[in-house]
Amino acid sequence: MNKTFIIISREFSTRVRKKSFLVVTIFVPILFILFYAFLMWLMLKDDTQERKIAVVNASTLERPLETINNTKFEYTTQPITEENAADFLKNKDYYAVMWIPANVMDSAEIPIYSFSQVTMELKNTISSQLRKKIENIKKSAVIAASQIPDLEEKLDATRTPVIVRTLMITETGQAKESSSEIASIIGVAAGFIIYFFIFIYAAQVMKGVIEEKTNRIIEVLVSSVKPFQFLLGKIIGVASVGLVQFLIWIVLIGGSVMALQAAFLPDIDLEALRNSTNLAAMAQTQELGAEELAVIQSIVKTIEPKFILTFLGAFLFYFIGGYLLYASLFAAIGAAVDNETDSQQFMTPLSIILAIGVYIGFTAMKSPESPLVFWSSLIPFTSPTVMLVRIPFGVPAWQIITSMALLIGAFIFFTWLSGKIYRTGILMYGKKVTWKELYKWLKY
Amino acid sequence: MSFFAAQNIIKNYANHRALDDVSIDIPEGAIYGLLGPNGAGKTSLIRIITQITGPDSGKLFFKGVPLIPSDMNRIGYLPEERGLYKKMKVGEQAVYLARLKGINKNDAIKRLKTWFEKFEIEAWWDKKVEELSKGMAQKVQFITTVLHEPEMLIFDEPFSGFDPINVELLKKEILDLRQKGTTIIFSTHNMASVEEICSHIALINKSRKIIEGPINEIREKYANDTYQLSFRYAPDFKPEQFTGEEFEILSQKTEGNRQDIILQRIKPCNTNTLLSRFLPHIDILSYQKVIPGMNDIFIKLVKNQ
Repeated sequence: MNKTFIIISREFSTRVRKKSFLVVTIFVPILFILFYAFLMWLMLKDDTQERKIAVVNASTLERPLETINNTKFEYTTQPITEENAADFLKNKDYYAVMWIPANVMDSAEIPIYSFSQVTMELKNTISSQLRKKIENIKKSAVIAASQIPDLEEKLDATRTPVIVRTLMITETGQAKESSSEIASIIGVAAGFIIYFFIFIYAAQVMKGVIEEKTNRIIEVLVSSVKPFQFLLGKIIGVASVGLVQFLIWIVLIGGSVMALQAAFLPDIDLEALRNSTNLAAMAQTQELGAEELAVIQSIVKTIEPKFILTFLGAFLFYFIGGYLLYASLFAAIGAAVDNETDSQQFMTPLSIILAIGVYIGFTAMKSPESPLVFWSSLIPFTSPTVMLVRIPFGVPAWQIITSMALLIGAFIFFTWLSGKIYRTGILMYGKKVTWKELYKWLKY
Repeated sequence: MSFFAAQNIIKNYANHRALDDVSIDIPEGAIYGLLGPNGAGKTSLIRIITQITGPDSGKLFFKGVPLIPSDMNRIGYLPEERGLYKKMKVGEQAVYLARLKGINKNDAIKRLKTWFEKFEIEAWWDKKVEELSKGMAQKVQFITTVLHEPEMLIFDEPFSGFDPINVELLKKEILDLRQKGTTIIFSTHNMASVEEICSHIALINKSRKIIEGPINEIREKYANDTYQLSFRYAPDFKPEQFTGEEFEILSQKTEGNRQDIILQRIKPCNTNTLLSRFLPHIDILSYQKVIPGMNDIFIKLVKNQ
């Protein structure tokens, strides 16, 4: 055991001291934070640019548009056509020029000319304001013609708001409000992280094995420790590098995101929001609208402490379990070949299985109950990336336990199998290894 | 007393038998030469002794006790194909390998400093292995092999890749280690070095052991009762007139004023009888039994099989 520890610490310390480790560990969070900050900036940036838009109004509407945020509309009687629009915009200080045609009441197209792309937001606001104006005019005409008293109020009363609240019933019969979309997005993200972790670090185990084999140092090493013990130390050592890197990322990214939110987003009492039933009332005390609060509320309701604990526990389990399973197989591949290029033929099947796991994880977002998702969340090779997507939708305990037990069993079985291939492979040079050959090694 | 014994070792690989009922017996304090042509099974046997692989059948004893995994710490092994981690620093790597042999970190550093001084390579401590030349790396590897002061050392072609000066240095170290009581297994093709340093040998060919024993006894055994007589050249002297019917001249040659003849004894006869016949006529310079070199024995045995 003591020797295993010495191996783990070498694998750990040589990798952690590499420049590439330092670079990746620091740059990934920086990139992530930059990206996040950029998104926040895009969302929160106020459109402060002052614009003037010239309007040629041929319709019967009277000054239908006044101002939208910082955009002013000025009405002109100048004869502007498509041909001289460019000259007009060049000479005058207008951002754009638009026509409201005479037949605007009968669903007409409204052209707007500009040198730069008119923003989506501005376009949508113009159309919705015009639509509302036209609707009101037509409605009053209908009301006036119908001669029914209080028709407008009566019509308004028919409008009934319907909100779908998703509630999940736990086995003890309690109903819990949750947002499955948000939770399953987190599940898919977690599956992705596991996928990358397995790929990057299991491949590192393989590279390490190939290095020791081509260096011929392996013969000295296995005259000091049992090959299996050495392999185990290597796998655990590399895993601890990955875990440390991951923890650093969590701390750096988590800390920065919280700091960014504190700086950009208004204070929200999350606890109050979770229990609030009257968002409109709450919205009045906040800078945010009721709609935005509703989104935040569903996030907060989904990510409650108990869910976080269960999910984190499952994440860690599948994270480590999946890695161990694949790492031992990758190590066997490394032992079987003489150089990295030869490893392709054995790696391809494993890569495909792993990629299929991620793909099924995606489909699990839409149909978490499908048989494909069910089976692949139990099968050890795909369960690490699929089960995490299912968990937010609620998975019976026996399924989670079976899936975990199968993963542990598969890990033990395949590590034992890989150990046999490894033991023979590391001392075998200059042989083009085939699947048949590998099968023979199992029997040595 | 038998220091290390392998009994009736059989090892099969997929398509062939690498060791077929091989037994060896290594006496304490011996320098035991393991000889044999390429592919004879030497490396397979060494890997079994070092417990890198297990035999299909057969038993191994270390000082009379069945070999167990923890005995790995009592054995040092320098494989023919040497290798170190290229990116790792020399000192750090040597400490790591020593710790895997069960030495604690401080002892390892202390011992390494002594060895590095002895080999005058202190300056390499913080260098990466990839910065060293092949010969330099070999020195480092030799040190890591002997650092844990094993009771038994196994060297597979230890001199390959060394220049003559370093070969001498290494030989001296190996003989020193023997002086301190280490038993040494020594696998090589270099018969000159076998004659020079081995006390015992075993010859393995085509997966079987052909011969084993103290090197002097083996050479004696393969001596064909031939003798070399050298005397001052005398033009009128005809040696064949004096051999009698007990001896026969195999060859003779004259070099300057010295003549050598090789005699084969064909009938039982005292050596003194022969000499007394020659004595009155010539000036004898030397008379000795012809002992065959290991090279000749090796070639003869391998070819005859």
